[in-house]
Amino acid sequence: MAAYDVEQGDAVHPGDPVVVDRYTPGARANHWITATCLVLLAISGLALFYPSFFFLTALFGGGQWTRAIHPWIGVVLFFSFFGLFLRFWKANLWRTEDGTWLARLRYVLTNEEDKLPEVGKYNAGQKVVFWSMSILIIILICTGIVIWDQYFYPLTSIEQKRWAILLHSLAAVTIICVWIVHVYAAIWLRGTIGAMTSGQVTGGWAWKHHRKWFKELVTGRASDRTTGTKPVN
Amino acid sequence: MTFEFELPPAPTQNIKVDMGEGDLVRRSASTVPSPARQLTPVAKLIDVSKCIGCKACQVACLEWNDRTERIGFNYGVYDNPVDLTPESFTVMRFTEWVNPESQNLEWLIRKDGCMHCEDPGCLKACPAPGAIVQYSNGIVDFDHDKCIGCGYCIKGCPFDIPRISAVDHKAYKCTLCSDRVAVGQGPACARACPTHAIVFGTKEEMKQHAVERIKDLQSRGYKNAGLYDPPGVGGTHVMYVLQHADKPEIYAELPKDPRISPVVVFWKGLTKYAGMAAMGAFAALGVLHYLVSGPNKVQPNDEEDAKRLAGDR
Repeated sequence: MAAYDVEQGDAVHPGDPVVVDRYTPGARANHWITATCLVLLAISGLALFYPSFFFLTALFGGGQWTRAIHPWIGVVLFFSFFGLFLRFWKANLWRTEDGTWLARLRYVLTNEEDKLPEVGKYNAGQKVVFWSMSILIIILICTGIVIWDQYFYPLTSIEQKRWAILLHSLAAVTIICVWIVHVYAAIWLRGTIGAMTSGQVTGGWAWKHHRKWFKELVTGRASDRTTGTKPVN
Repeated sequence: MTFEFELPPAPTQNIKVDMGEGDLVRRSASTVPSPARQLTPVAKLIDVSKCIGCKACQVACLEWNDRTERIGFNYGVYDNPVDLTPESFTVMRFTEWVNPESQNLEWLIRKDGCMHCEDPGCLKACPAPGAIVQYSNGIVDFDHDKCIGCGYCIKGCPFDIPRISAVDHKAYKCTLCSDRVAVGQGPACARACPTHAIVFGTKEEMKQHAVERIKDLQSRGYKNAGLYDPPGVGGTHVMYVLQHADKPEIYAELPKDPRISPVVVFWKGLTKYAGMAAMGAFAALGVLHYLVSGPNKVQPNDEEDAKRLAGDR
């Protein structure tokens, strides 16, 4: 069975506890390059947007450097995130259970996961984060190019640049909010951060939060190795 | 009444600088204490009807501000350079206009440059503290040491005036010769103008002078002659006397009702506050949720279930 949400490198290692490989070294490196860029962009962007944060330009060597370097970090982020997109888009396709999961969001927030449908490698919340990031990064790179005066000034009118910078600001604020959700979820759901550091989570974590994925992994592993292990229930 | 605007000769001794940090009423991306005194608002009045297009003002501007315009390209028109540049803070814009009523060809020559708005869009848009300042006499000036070259001033300006230098990545525009005004002199362009098409004085004086000029123009058949001091930006400290004040756009697209673009106002206003509120709310909700429901921990029975499923071998 070709599970839609089992990604390359995902594997289950029986033991005590069961260990599950969730992200390959490549995916983790890709993630952290993107993460670093996003944080640097947020800091430099906020410095240029809010006068009270202007002092943060000192971290980049002053205002001139911040202005010059911000777009380049954006380019790195765009390509880095594109790598993540290629890795993760398939497992983030919307499934019927995602609607149900989202409709029962209150049980997510109250830690009553037994009232939620079983989900694959990503739950609806993660998928919303993934697609929001994807769309917002496209908006940010497009509007960013319009206001990158150093290389693209003659290509657009001043009025177009005004709209671009407004959209850029709105998208930036939104992506920071999405980022807060993303980081908070990783902290709140214990055992999650290991997925992006060591690449592994425990079987209990996979069972609790991504049971469908876990089951598919076990089944897949069983059929791959033809050991005849039968999935429980 | 004749109104003479012979500017006083340049002082050579006892030079007193009477305009400084203490006279700022606005400072970009920061606040200033309200000044202890109010300087008399000043203005430059450009009488388009008196301009002969000699470009002495352009030369005087380059000379005084110690700028060197590179040798450009002749596009077959009188405008040279064809646009404002980081060097040329002012350019004469020549328009050949056929008056539909008289069928006369009118040569309209407008000296373009910073209008020194009472409500400056450049200053509103600028993110660098103190890079753009406004003095209580109305002069809007750039402080190049603080400029970061982002080009936001270009987006804020309703007149398309500031230009970013490709050499030092800083924004440049007319200073209204703030350094000359500070010592009681008028701008270099006004000093150089051979026909007194450019005059400088207090804003009140300039308005009065404009009234005389408009009367004169109307007596010569320019019934729509008038003063260009657009209220949309709170008035300007560079004003024009136009023969056809009802149609400013014929003067090389001088905007009819300039104002800071609503897009810029929204970007620098509501977006900033709503953005801060949204980001703050998301962070606060995260903290609150953590305090209320605590961390979501994997339980031992989850690990047991996982072991059962994975096969405990």
